Amino acid sequence: MEQARLNIILHELKKSVLVSLWFMFLTFPIMVIRVNTLDHTIMWRWTNMAMIGCAAFVLSFFWRWAMKKKEASAVPAKSSWPHWARQNWAGYVENKTWIYTLQGLMLLGFIILPWIVSTYKTNILISFLTYVVLGLGLNIIVGVAGLLFLGHAAFYAIGAYSYALLSKYLGFGFWIALPMGGIIAALAGVALAFPVLRLRGDYLAIVTLGFGEIVRLLLENAGSFTGGPAGISNIPRPQFFGMHLSVAETNIYIYYIVFALALVTIIAVSRLKDSRIGRALQALREDEIACEAMGIDRVGVKLMAFGLGTAWAGFAGVIFAAKTTFINPSSFTFFESAIILSIVVLGGMGSNAGVILGAAFLVLLPEYLRAFSEYRMILFATAMVLMMVFRPTGLIPARGRRYVVHDPDLDLDDGSKSKEV
Amino acid sequence: MDWQYFFELLLGGLTRGSIYALIAIGYTMVYGVIELINFAHGEVYMLGAFTGLIIASVLATLGFPIPMILILAAIVAIVYSACYGLTMEKVAYKPLRSAGRLSPLISAIGMSLFLQNYIILAQTSDFLAFPRLIPDFEFMEPIAHVFGSSDFVIVVASGISMAFLTLFIKFTKMGKAMRATAQNRKMAMLLGIDADKVISITFIIGSSLAALGGVLIASHVGMVNFFIGFMAGIKAFTAAVLGGIGSIPGAMLGGLFLGLSESFATGYIASDYEDVFAFSLLVVFLIFRPSGIMGKAKVEKV
Amino acid sequence: MKGLSGLLVAVCLALVAGPVGADTIKIGVAGAHSGDLASYGLPTVNAAKLVADAINAEGGIRGQHIELLIQDEECKPEKATNVATKLISDGAVAILGHICSGATKASLPIYTEANLVSISPSATSPELTQSGQYPTFFRTIASDDAQAKLGVDLALDTLGSKKFALLHDKGDYGRGYAEYARTFIEERGEAEVVLFEGLTPGAVDYSAVVQKVRQSGADTIMFGGYHPEASKLISQLKKKRVQAHFISDDGVKDDTFIKVAGPDAEGVYATGPQDVSDLELNKAAREAHVAKFGSEPGSFFEPAYAAMLALVNAIDKAGSTDAEKIMEALRTEFVDTNIGTIRFDAKGDAEGVGFSMYQVQDGKYVELK
Repeated sequence: MEQARLNIILHELKKSVLVSLWFMFLTFPIMVIRVNTLDHTIMWRWTNMAMIGCAAFVLSFFWRWAMKKKEASAVPAKSSWPHWARQNWAGYVENKTWIYTLQGLMLLGFIILPWIVSTYKTNILISFLTYVVLGLGLNIIVGVAGLLFLGHAAFYAIGAYSYALLSKYLGFGFWIALPMGGIIAALAGVALAFPVLRLRGDYLAIVTLGFGEIVRLLLENAGSFTGGPAGISNIPRPQFFGMHLSVAETNIYIYYIVFALALVTIIAVSRLKDSRIGRALQALREDEIACEAMGIDRVGVKLMAFGLGTAWAGFAGVIFAAKTTFINPSSFTFFESAIILSIVVLGGMGSNAGVILGAAFLVLLPEYLRAFSEYRMILFATAMVLMMVFRPTGLIPARGRRYVVHDPDLDLDDGSKSKEV
Repeated sequence: MDWQYFFELLLGGLTRGSIYALIAIGYTMVYGVIELINFAHGEVYMLGAFTGLIIASVLATLGFPIPMILILAAIVAIVYSACYGLTMEKVAYKPLRSAGRLSPLISAIGMSLFLQNYIILAQTSDFLAFPRLIPDFEFMEPIAHVFGSSDFVIVVASGISMAFLTLFIKFTKMGKAMRATAQNRKMAMLLGIDADKVISITFIIGSSLAALGGVLIASHVGMVNFFIGFMAGIKAFTAAVLGGIGSIPGAMLGGLFLGLSESFATGYIASDYEDVFAFSLLVVFLIFRPSGIMGKAKVEKV
Repeated sequence: MKGLSGLLVAVCLALVAGPVGADTIKIGVAGAHSGDLASYGLPTVNAAKLVADAINAEGGIRGQHIELLIQDEECKPEKATNVATKLISDGAVAILGHICSGATKASLPIYTEANLVSISPSATSPELTQSGQYPTFFRTIASDDAQAKLGVDLALDTLGSKKFALLHDKGDYGRGYAEYARTFIEERGEAEVVLFEGLTPGAVDYSAVVQKVRQSGADTIMFGGYHPEASKLISQLKKKRVQAHFISDDGVKDDTFIKVAGPDAEGVYATGPQDVSDLELNKAAREAHVAKFGSEPGSFFEPAYAAMLALVNAIDKAGSTDAEKIMEALRTEFVDTNIGTIRFDAKGDAEGVGFSMYQVQDGKYVELK
């Protein structure tokens, strides 16, 4: 007995030592040697190697432990909340009044928030809510319809430039530009969707990526019409019934606009999921051929998904332009699309609460991690990889409606007799 | 028509195309076996260039002769990049093999960001001068104004490595196992092929070729920084799709095709629209011939 | 509604920001302090620290110490507006910054509205001062069109150029430089522009563009952009044996360019701020930097140091932190700085600050008189 335990410990130790040796070898040239090619000096930083070795040794235990846990939990339970939490949580969830109170409190909190925090914090909250809207829009395409979409920033850009150009050349105000930005982005989304409808999966991802880059490059090269790389400055901020507001007041005003938009988006998207189109989209995500056999209009429904998803990006773009009063193409790079997609996937595809949490994670975290500004991006990247490895369904996975089928012949993979739809 | 100008552009496109092809092979091989767009592949290319730079500088201060530095630096860079590719696969992709399509993609984007910032923190965010490892050959001097020594070395080195890869895939046992896994992983596993090993080897080969490309191009243009992998990666990926993703000869052809198209677009139209042209080509191809130049159309079975 | 909200905002700001202007004079320092453009922004922070420390050691301005509010915006417009509002709510009386023209354009409407003085050491977009839209903006660096003019004059008068190839990096700054150069060449009418092209930064190589330059038969290349693209371009030009004069801007007048491009850099012309290394104040500033930070100062340190000196002097002469009085002092009072004795004109450009032409000779930039 003792011998067996000792063997296991020795085995684990050996594994970790090997891992740590491997990482010391792997990171050797990059971490240890620092060359200055300008004055031809070489610095040897051996302490880094020791640090990597120790870190890899310790972390490898955690890694294996977490892996084991993940494998163990994969089979019986779908949720990886701890057991006690699940039970308590379930109790609360059942209690509807509790939920309504919580929602009401949060609503109230968000309404009074701009009056108690500084303009700077209001600004961050505006960014956060803008990303919530962007994420929820993308969620219709990626989460609900299951279409891989890597060019969301292009439609964000289309919305922003719609407002900037409409106000620059035609003198349109914010309130007219807001719906127009959404409509223009939606039309662009449908126009993109037409030719790529046949494509699926990764091909679609690549085309949308290419489209996103094309839009940005065209804006950059269009010369004086869009201002090229110099962008467009002095975009008017929204006015409140013709009154001129100061910067701080406009910020609060924009905060309420984007907050209202986020609320509308949340309600619209959750209603959409239960609608005819929403159901059709979710069905298409699961099996296109079966859907066509069932008489679902594949083309129409997919176009709808693109149009609906990109319209929200257009709205968000208009608000972005109104808030910063200056836009240029470098705000809409592929990295931006990747961030929005990460919000959706990290949060949990198809789940609204997940998207909100994902936006909080990706927008607020870097802002408050300013103290670690050097390590901010690497922490963010690590979090992205670890999240995917240990919780690929996201922070709050989407929960479909549960229908319980009492059929003794129905024995699903997870051993349950019910199937989520 | 000015034929000399045409040939100048052709040769310029050939150099660029060879580099695209070297990187594109890694994308296409990985996609072939596990259907993953490895977004971090461009970063492996960048790591290769950086490792090459570091090793070359160390060797230079130790007083090695130039040709030896080039060969040693390239070998070490290739070995290290292969190790990075392997580790990346084990850490970020292997645990996700059964998790659907999107999760590995996000994991790859995260990995790409991680590697860029790793270089920023451990090395620098500035541009570094890459030593000129490819000497000016005497026999190239008459045509050096169109096709220099480094262009020559790039085209020859990529040609040789691609020829070796083709032979490897065609005639070795491992190559056969790779083709089988790419066709049908489950079936291959049933036939006793160790799929994990095949996947690891795929990552090793892809990363090695990318690193070779990284060292060659860095020595050609004379500089590296942490961000060179991003554009090269996206372009190589475009090349892989043009050729038909999953097909190795397709990636080579796609790389050359993209390099030449860009060169001609710049030469005859304007370089302002170089990238627009490349991406438009991608979109047009995907719409009218989604399986690429060499790929076969996939039939959905019910 | 407006009054009410204004009152509430004021109350909130007061709660969050604390008493404004009580015992310190707060000066905001905004720019890129992280990310890939950090090397353009950090020297300004060092300059601000050096001046503030020196003034505080002498007892501050009229007994009030200077407090720096340092904010990073990574040269991104959307972050710049966040930073601008944060600095205002933190009670800054003036801003040293921003660094990049784009971020500056995004933040200026906010400062203009709040009536807050800002001095940039590095935003060179001509529009910033010449448009007259930003009355509270000043800068201690000359604008891009001055550089392009200097380059064109050199090419036509000294080098006798007949055919120009104008290249740029498609950025705000580089494209602006190339476009001004084209205007000046066409104005003088002595030479023609045979090629006007944008390079793609980050492209694998520039061989096709190089062939195009050769094909165009240009005898002079003017490049607008920064040193990474410039060194990549020049080494490929030399590799392909293209013999043409190479003239560029102050994004290239950086020692890194010479070190990265090596022997290929020899003979390249670049404009840069006038050489002021002989001035006593400048020597002192340099020495102070080495003493405090242990390294030679980086890009835009000199204009940043001068901007901070001018700002501090103006606050002192104005006798208050009132923006109107500070601007009045900036425009009327001459101040001795490390880049010479300066004051600002009505538009906000510094008088007596200009560019000189430099050439790389034996691995060093040498000022051409």
